[in-house]
Amino acid sequence: MLDYLWLIPLCPLLGFVINGLFGVWIRRRTGQFPPKRIVAAIACGTILLAFLVSLGCFLDLLQEDPEHRVYETNLFTWIPGGAIRTASGESAVLLVEWGLQLDQLSALMILVVTGVGFLIHLYSIGYMWEEDGFYRYFAYLNLFMFMMLTLVLANNFLLMFVGWEGVGLCSYLLIGYYIQKKSAGDAAKKAFVVNRIGDFGFVLGILMIFTYFGTLDFTEVFEKVASLYPQPEALWGPLCWIALLLFIGATGKSAQVPLYVWLPDAMEGPTPVSALIHAATMVTAGVYMIARSSAIYSRAPDVMLIVATVGIFTALFAASIALFQSDIKKVLAYSTVSQLGYMVTAMGVGAVSAGVFHLATHAFFKALLFLGSGSVILALHHEQDMTKMGGLKKYLPTTCWTMWVGTLAIAGVPGLAGFFSKDEILWRAYSLPQGHFIIWFLGVLVAGMTAFYMFRMMFLTFHGKEQHASDSGHHPHESPRVMIVPLMILAVGSILVGYLGLPAWLGPNLLEEFLEPAFHTAYRPLDEGHHSHSLEILLTVVSVAVAGLGIFLAYFFFLAQPSRTDQLRERFQTLYRWVYNKYYVDELYDTLIVNRCKNLGSVLSIFDHYVVDGIINGSAALTRFTARTSGLVDTHIVDRLVNLVAEIVEYFSSVFRRIQTGLVQRYFLAFVLGVIFVIGFYLYSGV
Amino acid sequence: MVGASHYLILSTVVFSIGVIGVLTRRNVIIIFMSIELMLNAVNLNLVAFSDHLQDLSGQVFAVFVITVAAAEAAVGLGLVICLFRNKETVNVDEIDLMRG
Repeated sequence: MLDYLWLIPLCPLLGFVINGLFGVWIRRRTGQFPPKRIVAAIACGTILLAFLVSLGCFLDLLQEDPEHRVYETNLFTWIPGGAIRTASGESAVLLVEWGLQLDQLSALMILVVTGVGFLIHLYSIGYMWEEDGFYRYFAYLNLFMFMMLTLVLANNFLLMFVGWEGVGLCSYLLIGYYIQKKSAGDAAKKAFVVNRIGDFGFVLGILMIFTYFGTLDFTEVFEKVASLYPQPEALWGPLCWIALLLFIGATGKSAQVPLYVWLPDAMEGPTPVSALIHAATMVTAGVYMIARSSAIYSRAPDVMLIVATVGIFTALFAASIALFQSDIKKVLAYSTVSQLGYMVTAMGVGAVSAGVFHLATHAFFKALLFLGSGSVILALHHEQDMTKMGGLKKYLPTTCWTMWVGTLAIAGVPGLAGFFSKDEILWRAYSLPQGHFIIWFLGVLVAGMTAFYMFRMMFLTFHGKEQHASDSGHHPHESPRVMIVPLMILAVGSILVGYLGLPAWLGPNLLEEFLEPAFHTAYRPLDEGHHSHSLEILLTVVSVAVAGLGIFLAYFFFLAQPSRTDQLRERFQTLYRWVYNKYYVDELYDTLIVNRCKNLGSVLSIFDHYVVDGIINGSAALTRFTARTSGLVDTHIVDRLVNLVAEIVEYFSSVFRRIQTGLVQRYFLAFVLGVIFVIGFYLYSGV
Repeated sequence: MVGASHYLILSTVVFSIGVIGVLTRRNVIIIFMSIELMLNAVNLNLVAFSDHLQDLSGQVFAVFVITVAAAEAAVGLGLVICLFRNKETVNVDEIDLMRG
């Protein structure tokens, strides 16, 4: 099956080509939309195929012994470049292959991407059924899968960047899916532009990698890094710069502060898009990239500190905003930013497999939560405001219990997936040499806040008083099976996946054992941090207790005594206003950056209008002037010369015309005179 | 005696009268007569020299000239008749159709 690795990205690409290009062709030719059943079958079928192949490749990989679980294949030579001189003076060749690499890390990623992706594709059939642009949606979704799989399976930085940019593009296309809504288009543009800012750093990082290591291939780069830097960089050097620049890219893609602002706005897209791209897959690309480059990061401790700081700050910042949002999707969006903060923090303290573990579990329960919220939104005819929900439990029972599973998972309730992955991160944040007590402490705070806002969300939506607008007795009803079944599968996953990574005091961490060899190029400090099981258990209890406090507070304020919320809001008015308005960050960006760019645009536009257009119009005027002058010269001078010549001829001809009298006698006279002249001439000279 | 020079002078005078006639006279017929005069003057000249040089070629040539003169007179008069039919006049001063 490993020989068919290339099928994994290819199938979704085919799905895109068929649904997208043929779909457009059919639409142009017949004016009808392509039939939804076929579109859905092609789109979901290709992903299912990709998932099965991924599963097969994964099983094949397991057959190898742990040190040799890497499979590489080059499909074709993409850039057959020439020799270039690197920073160290040696000459390198920019040769980039379109190469796929399957190791433990990418195997896990493709399983998550295709597995969760397939469930979301199924769900989308139900969610998007009423839409005309059904085929366009699925075409873009398949294109996204192709890009994401390329990103994850790439064996060099440049190909990964192709996938990186590609998922950004698809994100733009899908956020802006509702083309009639201006807000959707704006959100799509915002996502793309903010992403691009991060990509700028990413590209610089890639360029630096090539300059210093002469190659972009992962294996070669990481081996060179390992051999050139046996010890981590003590002072800030090229390795730190590379790590930092790549991290800027991750900040944009994985929505960390300050480049997170696009993700809440991205909720303009259809809910399954939010589930797939902005929860389970695309946003995790940054985390994946850092994990993949662990050889570099583990040797740049200064940057790791920055990464951890940014991560935990983002987690805290986003969680605080999520506390007061009234739009259900916005709560989940900020929650995603916060959980991504957790993953980034894990990377920053050196807990790479823990971060990837959380990536996997988060994919399950976040996708579940988003899809569930989509079910609610659809049932209430696209109502997203939680203050207009309430008591939906009796109308949407399956949605309700599956979302409860997701909520318990994300809150870190013991027994479900989120508990295991989150606690792994928290423990590592405390125990690893790069970790710090403060990071752990803030992480626990975030856990408490997470529990609070998630339970708040559930109480407001499914329990309490019914606030929804009921149109003449029509009550909301449960979603169709094609949407419900993925919810249930994801719920099961949210429970079971956690057991792959049991904490040290409980049992074997299968996931970590599996992933470890993939990071063999990373630097391993001799001091591995604390090992005490009892300490770990104590810290776990503390974090669970804090989560429990969050749950209790949510219950108190939103189920038991909802009126108290108004009282507190009164007392802490300014603080509430600040947090509710997301700390006015978007407004800040608008004034500092967006409007200044628009001003620059206006200035340049004026320049263009007056200077550039002026030059062009001026040259046109000059041409006209030259033409006119030349014309005048032509008329007055050239023509006059010609006429003058004619007049001279006319004058002379009028003179000579008089010889031709028409009288033969005159001619004869001339003849005679001529004869006399000739004879006289000869008489006087010949003689 | 009557030498060659007498004949040549006569021939010259007749020729000159002919030339003056062609140049001066208005009537086309008179011009033709003048042309005949010129031709005959030439004949006189030819015969005079034939006698002086005791060569018969002069006389032979004179016979040719007479013949040609006759033919030319016939053709010329034919042209005059055509001209008269078109222009109703025999006055050369009035025939300037080729005037430029």
